[in-house]
Amino acid sequence: MSDLTTRDGAGTPDHGHDFTSEGQDDLARPLFRGPGGLPAADIPHRPRRSDIDPKAARRAERQVASLFILSMVMVVFFVVAYVAIDPYVNIYVPVFGEIGYQNFALGLTFGLGVFCIGAGAIQWAKKLMPDTEVVQERHSLRSTKHEDVEAAEQYERGKEESGFGQYRIIRRTLIAALALFPIPLIVMLRDLWSPKNGGFGPSPVVLLSQTAWVEGMPIVTDGTYVKIRPEDIPVGGLVSALPEDIERIQKEEHNLNARGKAAIILVRMEPDEIRAQQGEGWDFQGILAYSKICTHVGCPIALYEHRTHHLLCPCHQSTFDLADAGNVIFGPAARRMPQLPIGVDEEGFLVARAPFAEPVGPSFWERG
Amino acid sequence: MTCLINRSPAPMERKGILVKGLVARRRNPVVATLLLLAALLGVGGVYAVASSTAPAEATASNDQTAIDEGKRLYLEGCSSCHGLNAQGSSNGPTLIGVGAASVHFQVATGRMPMAAPGAQVARKPPIYNEREVADMAAYIASLAPGPAIPTAEQIDYTDADVAEGGVLFRINCAQCHQAAGGGGALTAGKYAPSLMIATPQEIYEAMLTGPQNMPVFGDGTLPVEDKQAIIAYVMDLQQAPSPGGIALGRIGPVAEGLFLWVGVIGAFIGLAVWIGIRAR
Amino acid sequence: MSTTEQVGTSVATYIDDRVGSNRFLGRSLKKVFPDHWSFMLGEIALYSFIIVLLTGVFLTLFYKPSMVEVVYDGSYVPLRGIMMTEAYASTLDISFDVRGGLLIRQMHHWAALLFIAAMAVHMFRVFFTGAFRKPREFNWLIGIALITLGLAAGFTGYSLPDDLLSGTGLQIARGIVQAIPIVGTWVAFLLFDGEFPGTEFISRIYGIHILLVPGLILALITVHLMMVWAQKHTQFPGPGRTNDNVVGYPLMPIYMAKAGGFFFIVFGVTALISGLVTINPIWIFGPYTPDQVSAGSQPDWYIGWLDGALRIFPNIETVLFGYTISWNIFIPSVIVPGIVFTAAALYPFIESWVTGDKRDHNLLDRPRNAPTRTAIGVMAITWYFLLFIGGGNDVIALTFDLSINWLIWFLRIAVFVLPPIAFVVTRRTCIALQRKDREKLLHGYESGRILRLPHGEFIEVHEPLNVKDRAVLESAIEAYRAPLPAPERVDANGVANKRYHLHNLRAKLSHWYYADDIVPPTRAEIEAGQAHVSHEAALEEPLHEHEELDYVNVPFHGGILHEKGAAMTNEEQLRERGGHL
Repeated sequence: MSDLTTRDGAGTPDHGHDFTSEGQDDLARPLFRGPGGLPAADIPHRPRRSDIDPKAARRAERQVASLFILSMVMVVFFVVAYVAIDPYVNIYVPVFGEIGYQNFALGLTFGLGVFCIGAGAIQWAKKLMPDTEVVQERHSLRSTKHEDVEAAEQYERGKEESGFGQYRIIRRTLIAALALFPIPLIVMLRDLWSPKNGGFGPSPVVLLSQTAWVEGMPIVTDGTYVKIRPEDIPVGGLVSALPEDIERIQKEEHNLNARGKAAIILVRMEPDEIRAQQGEGWDFQGILAYSKICTHVGCPIALYEHRTHHLLCPCHQSTFDLADAGNVIFGPAARRMPQLPIGVDEEGFLVARAPFAEPVGPSFWERG
Repeated sequence: MTCLINRSPAPMERKGILVKGLVARRRNPVVATLLLLAALLGVGGVYAVASSTAPAEATASNDQTAIDEGKRLYLEGCSSCHGLNAQGSSNGPTLIGVGAASVHFQVATGRMPMAAPGAQVARKPPIYNEREVADMAAYIASLAPGPAIPTAEQIDYTDADVAEGGVLFRINCAQCHQAAGGGGALTAGKYAPSLMIATPQEIYEAMLTGPQNMPVFGDGTLPVEDKQAIIAYVMDLQQAPSPGGIALGRIGPVAEGLFLWVGVIGAFIGLAVWIGIRAR
Repeated sequence: MSTTEQVGTSVATYIDDRVGSNRFLGRSLKKVFPDHWSFMLGEIALYSFIIVLLTGVFLTLFYKPSMVEVVYDGSYVPLRGIMMTEAYASTLDISFDVRGGLLIRQMHHWAALLFIAAMAVHMFRVFFTGAFRKPREFNWLIGIALITLGLAAGFTGYSLPDDLLSGTGLQIARGIVQAIPIVGTWVAFLLFDGEFPGTEFISRIYGIHILLVPGLILALITVHLMMVWAQKHTQFPGPGRTNDNVVGYPLMPIYMAKAGGFFFIVFGVTALISGLVTINPIWIFGPYTPDQVSAGSQPDWYIGWLDGALRIFPNIETVLFGYTISWNIFIPSVIVPGIVFTAAALYPFIESWVTGDKRDHNLLDRPRNAPTRTAIGVMAITWYFLLFIGGGNDVIALTFDLSINWLIWFLRIAVFVLPPIAFVVTRRTCIALQRKDREKLLHGYESGRILRLPHGEFIEVHEPLNVKDRAVLESAIEAYRAPLPAPERVDANGVANKRYHLHNLRAKLSHWYYADDIVPPTRAEIEAGQAHVSHEAALEEPLHEHEELDYVNVPFHGGILHEKGAAMTNEEQLRERGGHL
């Protein structure tokens, strides 16, 4: 440390590097040698305060050490905050609002603790380590001519000795064998999708084309699973709904797949507002049922505007007109929302009159 | 608490709007704090009046003087668009059958009278005081039956299940109002407003009457207790602290990305420049 | 020698006896690294990756990658009693019931966002300064691969908590996979073990997220750094900096202290931000079920541009022979990113072919000295930014009270109109700056002082350039290249050029690339100009006291490339390799 504080910063090259063997290899050397071999006369260099003033150097030393000490203190605070602060308590911090106390304290102490180490190291480098730039020569990574020739020779030798060029049948069968050997690795990926009952199971096309809706399936509210009467839905109303069987199916299948296809919305408009439907009389007294799954890439959509009858997807802004057979009026979706024909059962509850006439959700190759 | 909500003291509204404008509808904790402060300040002054007028309101609809007064206010302030007999015109829909709840929601949140035509009628400081709103509601309710202003009992959410409300909120509300209640865009410049300054009464009335393009969530499919659960969840969202630090509006990755690029990358470039600068 | 040093020496010897490390150390500790703030952007990426690894290990101790439905009974009241997957429940536990868990989760997420952002900024720096040129093309390719892997790591990580937002993202991803012609449906069924959402997907991407992708990233970063080490870092032009040297600070101690210190700074700031700023409050979004959605559902920023492309693309779908092709999904989500990443990867090779520049470049370009490249970069950023806006169009429409439909139509047009405008403006700006540089080289700085000469003439006093500025400006001489000449149909020996059309195309592209570049003055012209300026300034000398300059003005000769140690010209190199242009 002492030699650092006393050295003069006017470009003395000797900062602990050995420059004596300059010219032998790529040893670092001071930037320029000006006229008369004086070092670095050309290079704009301004001594720092810590280079010329021992007091400034000692100040810098203290500053760096304080940063490291602060870091240690922060680590202690961190442990205290970890042990002493109730993780469920919040505090009010101006600007930040009501925030979690422990997270705040842990982040602050840990962050500052680590930051101070970095700040200290950099202050050390900036103020106390030499700030004269040095020069190093680059060497091309290219091989020499000799090495090029050697490589070519060795390759030729290997080729000769193996007889790779000579034994045509060996060469061809090897290439064929190498081409085939990944096949087992790919074939084994088949059971990434494994129908639980063994065998190959139903085709994806069949699965994507079916939902839990069948003729006479009662419609229940999503979340509370109660059957719905037509008079429960006022004009301008919106209900997110599912087939009554959904809970049973989920229990059997242990997944949410059926829900992802069968979700529908019910909306009610004045019957004379309905300009078109996907089938004659598929509504019930102005109540329309449409799939909730967007035909673009499958987001559930229920952003229904009851005056315009527009249905907007929050993911990609496809817009459908539910008063006009669910046709697309804006956005990236290419197909209308599938409609579910509905009616009432003998008890007066809303039911599906038939399954969906087309696959719900995003397109797929075999959809047609 | 419910009385306070009934009365919606004006200063609280204004502060809410001001902050809302400032932070571009972000759900800022400052809003919540100001709200709380305003609410606490307002509670003392308004409580007495509120507690005495709340029951009076329930009877106001039968009170002929209230209806007459409401009609006078209606003819003055509303009839130019909604017609002399509330039958509607090319400028505004009919109000026959919309009910007292609708009147209260539209007028007490300042949406009506409308400032200027546009895609969306925005919330603003109310023009009429609570008594006047009640009178107008009484007049409209006298024209035809419609949803009544919810009673204090109906919007009492203290016993409601917050978690249940959360599920119902995500099924029925989040698609437009966003999971954190911050609001969301609809088609052609319309939007679902932020719920961060909505009162339980307003939320209840909105579900019941379907203001603007919001669909109606009738009692048949979303009974009173479900509405209360939803209100409980929204109130929880309004007051919820942010365990992880400043909430960035709780609008998700867009705000996070913006903060990252402006704040974090900016800070690191600043630090890198600092490291590169030669010491003096 | 102190005891510590003795111990140190014997340890070094012990190791050296076995691995020969001292030879490496001796050469490495003095290795010079040039100093510039923009060279630290890549370090940010490296350090944030290390933070992601460390915090990620902590998270694996508590996270359960399972889609089994459980009833939540943790301490977050508004979700208590709700059915959710174990993945989501364990993420809630990390956030609320593991002390410090939320901090680590937020550090992991912030550092991940930062990792990709820092890679992007680093890539911009490399692009605009031409650091990807020979001999560093491979490292550019590795960089592109790293960004791609970064996106994969980010997206899989975004999907793991299984909250409403991440599930919505997965549903969209599934829709995209299904839209791939011919194989899409089957690929989707294989990935998800059947229909969406299934029960396997999270555990599958978990392995990818914590093992495969980070392993690849780590391997590629290693190669990336080894190549930087072997090739030595590029440097900006400056006094004494040539194509054949590196001017900077030695690894030990300065670079070590600065780079090591910067690691702690990045780590510390990330921790501070994670203590102060919420990221991804999954408890607000709720558990994922395929029939719920939130308004304002967005991907993390780095996927935003892809989502934007998907949002603004017109709704084209065709049914051909009973098969559906969803152009509206396949083009913006598969074709467009495919083209973007391929074009980015190939750019160094395309540029070098067009310009015919096969020289080694260790000295960086100033962006203005490569106007077409800079303009291409700004054009790409403009395009990217518009798509990014598209990805957040609903939030932007809400915040600024705009119509979403209007915004989408604006973007549909703007993605074609604004990038070319950005290209032209940038290019002309660069050329104007080149012109200004030429003026300075020939006439020095404008001092703004008017001097009246004895015979009555007024002149503005110009001042000679200082060493540093002059060296920087003179880099234009090396950067300048004339366009390739039009090829001959028949060469001197009367042999027809079989690849005439290809070469002609290249000459035309080269002309387009270099057209309008300002020819920098020759060294002699600069010398004459600066001498004249010094003379002019001397006239003023008695009138005006020199302020103390930061740099001493010493006539400066050479050092830049030309004299000894000049880079081989293109032709020389090609001749040596026996190649053809």
